[in-house]
Amino acid sequence: MNTDNMNIKPSEPCETCPAFTHLEQMGLKVENFDRVVALAGNPNTGKSTLFNTLTGLKQHTGNWPGKTVTRAEGGYQFNGVRYKLVDLPGTYSLLSASQDEEVARDFILFGQPDCVIVVTDATALERNLNLALQVIEITEHVVIAVNMMDEARRKGLDVDTRSLARDLGVPAVPISARTGEGIHALLSTVAGVIEGEIKTRPHRAEGTPEFQRAVAELVPLIEAAAPGIPNARWLAIRLLDGDAHVERALRSGELAELVARQRRADTRFSRKMALQGQQ
Amino acid sequence: MNRDGRWQKGKDVRAIRSHPEISREKRNKHVMQKQQPTPEDVIAKAAELRGTLSSGFRDEIVKSLYSEAERIARRAVKHIGERRYDLDQKIDRLVTSPIFGLPIMLLLLAAIIWVTVIGANVPSDLIARALFWVEEQAAGLFDAWGLPWWVTGFVWHGVWRGLAWVVSVMLPPMAIFFPMFTILEDLGYLPRVAFNLDFLFKKAGAHGKQALTMAMGFGCNAAGVVATRVIDSPRERLIAILTNNFVPCNGRFPTLIMLGTVFVAAAFPPAFASFVAAGSVVAVVVIGVGFTFLMSWLLSRTILKGEASAFTLELPPYRRPNILRILYTSLIDRTLFVLWRAIQTAAPAGAVIWILANIHLGDASLAQHIADFLDPFGYLLGLDGVILLAYIIAIPANEIVVPTMLMVYMGTGMMTDLPALSELKTLLVDIHGWTMLTAVNLMLFALLHNPCATAILTIYKETNSKKWAALSVVITLGTAFLVTFLTATVARLLGWA
Repeated sequence: MNTDNMNIKPSEPCETCPAFTHLEQMGLKVENFDRVVALAGNPNTGKSTLFNTLTGLKQHTGNWPGKTVTRAEGGYQFNGVRYKLVDLPGTYSLLSASQDEEVARDFILFGQPDCVIVVTDATALERNLNLALQVIEITEHVVIAVNMMDEARRKGLDVDTRSLARDLGVPAVPISARTGEGIHALLSTVAGVIEGEIKTRPHRAEGTPEFQRAVAELVPLIEAAAPGIPNARWLAIRLLDGDAHVERALRSGELAELVARQRRADTRFSRKMALQGQQ
Repeated sequence: MNRDGRWQKGKDVRAIRSHPEISREKRNKHVMQKQQPTPEDVIAKAAELRGTLSSGFRDEIVKSLYSEAERIARRAVKHIGERRYDLDQKIDRLVTSPIFGLPIMLLLLAAIIWVTVIGANVPSDLIARALFWVEEQAAGLFDAWGLPWWVTGFVWHGVWRGLAWVVSVMLPPMAIFFPMFTILEDLGYLPRVAFNLDFLFKKAGAHGKQALTMAMGFGCNAAGVVATRVIDSPRERLIAILTNNFVPCNGRFPTLIMLGTVFVAAAFPPAFASFVAAGSVVAVVVIGVGFTFLMSWLLSRTILKGEASAFTLELPPYRRPNILRILYTSLIDRTLFVLWRAIQTAAPAGAVIWILANIHLGDASLAQHIADFLDPFGYLLGLDGVILLAYIIAIPANEIVVPTMLMVYMGTGMMTDLPALSELKTLLVDIHGWTMLTAVNLMLFALLHNPCATAILTIYKETNSKKWAALSVVITLGTAFLVTFLTATVARLLGWA
């Protein structure tokens, strides 16, 4: 591990505070990672830019929605912990059926990332929160990165991330992926959520009492049918909704297979994807 | 617990199932304890539970999601005045206006190509001279060392010459064209292009996002084919895949620019030459886009019937391009990537040509025989046998069609000199009887002919079907033959050629 390459200088001046830490871009070195972090978000919110900032890779970015259609992987090291970072295709929701959205959804559902960073566009927060709310339905290990704070300021928008964090029940960190603003705060928050130092209480739709009862009844059945499956609650809601894709996945055994496959730390696969992402 | 209960699975469950009067809770409890429920059980249970919910609950889920998002966003975001926003909208109103939208698009494209044409000429010539000088010196050195003639010929007049042509013809246009194209991409102009073209795609029965994948195709058709994943409907996705090749990719742009500069523009006074060159390339691009619509329309009326689906397209804010990143992306990732691919295929192609040109059957070389054989067919298309032979050799990569063609001309002994780019025209016209029809049809053929090997392979991978991959070749090649045949016939009937 060469420690001399490409350190990002923290913007915080205080060297004794815990935020003064060390980010090391590890590029394609994604073997032997300790933690998996996924980048989710709407199209064109700067996920790939953040990915490049953190990993030092040169994943193509472009100012149009849909530039990333496959997932790319890279690595970074923060405070001595190695993270594998997975850049997912941008999606507006997790309920749809196009292929790029499936890639994102399947990874959040079954890839069991230690933390999901939902990258949101500060200039279009409302639309972006739809996805954020859906992600926190699935997992509680979520950090909201409110990106493009610089652009929002230019447009005369002020985003109160504390209010956001309070309402969502998960941390929200203002950043600007392009300038590197807020990156250290984001990474230490991610580390805090993963290590359990930051407790999250994700905001989840409660629904009617009948709905709650139906979900409570279905969850144990799903857990029994597909042992080890994460997010049984979310699957239960999808099944109640009559989601044909989830039904098909359950029937064909695809779901169980996904759980098994995503759990295996297949570094060759990661590497291949990272290389593809680089082109 | 499931595992423990497994031994008595069969009998017990049948017993429970055959007693419908057993209450749901009880049955459920039994299933839970005695057996691992099958997916069918889970789905049936879900359907059953769905019946207990009010009918509108699905809409409730979605609606509550939206209202929550709105509520949270309203609390978190404060407006402290609107400044740049207005400018963005003003620009958008202009570049996506029904009247000015399309003309602005064409003007931008024309400007980029024009800058490429005037910028690439001189460096191309210099690089060609330098590399051919190296060939001459090195060949002389090999001769002086007493190496057999065929070693010198194979290495320097075969492989090296192939590389020299590719580098000199392709490098300068790419180094100018790509950064400008990337700037437009970074600014956020591409989604506006999609917006402008949406109504045309809709008329053709295709998806509006096809405009985006088409724009990706200008970079690389294989990448454009992969980008079609953003299209949800399989029908419209297939249309986008099958028609992607009708826009010229990075590899074909230099070919078009060179043909436009050296042949088409040369027929006009020098003062207009660069404009004519850029104009001819833009015309070819417009024809390509036209064929995209035409073929999409045909496909959606025949083998891929259906209506165009609606979609929302986000117009992202304009962003200041990051110059360093643009240079990196366009020069390292695109230019060198394309050039390296071209070199990898050009070297073997050069070797093949040299071998074909130096194995003699009777009184002529193998290359000459094949070219003569293809000549009548080439004539029908307004081309000639050598050009068709070059296309066959260049199937692995479209980038090397023109260099291959020139090498075949030289290899067949018809062109002994090593010309600089500027002298090419005189030689081809005077010795090989090229006409304006040859140049125009060559541009059309370069635009419409089959995808390169990489693109075909990508289509196969994305559709997972040999049928669609084969069809993509048939459609493009068929169009190319048909169009060039028609232009040649019409031009000859009217006495233009």
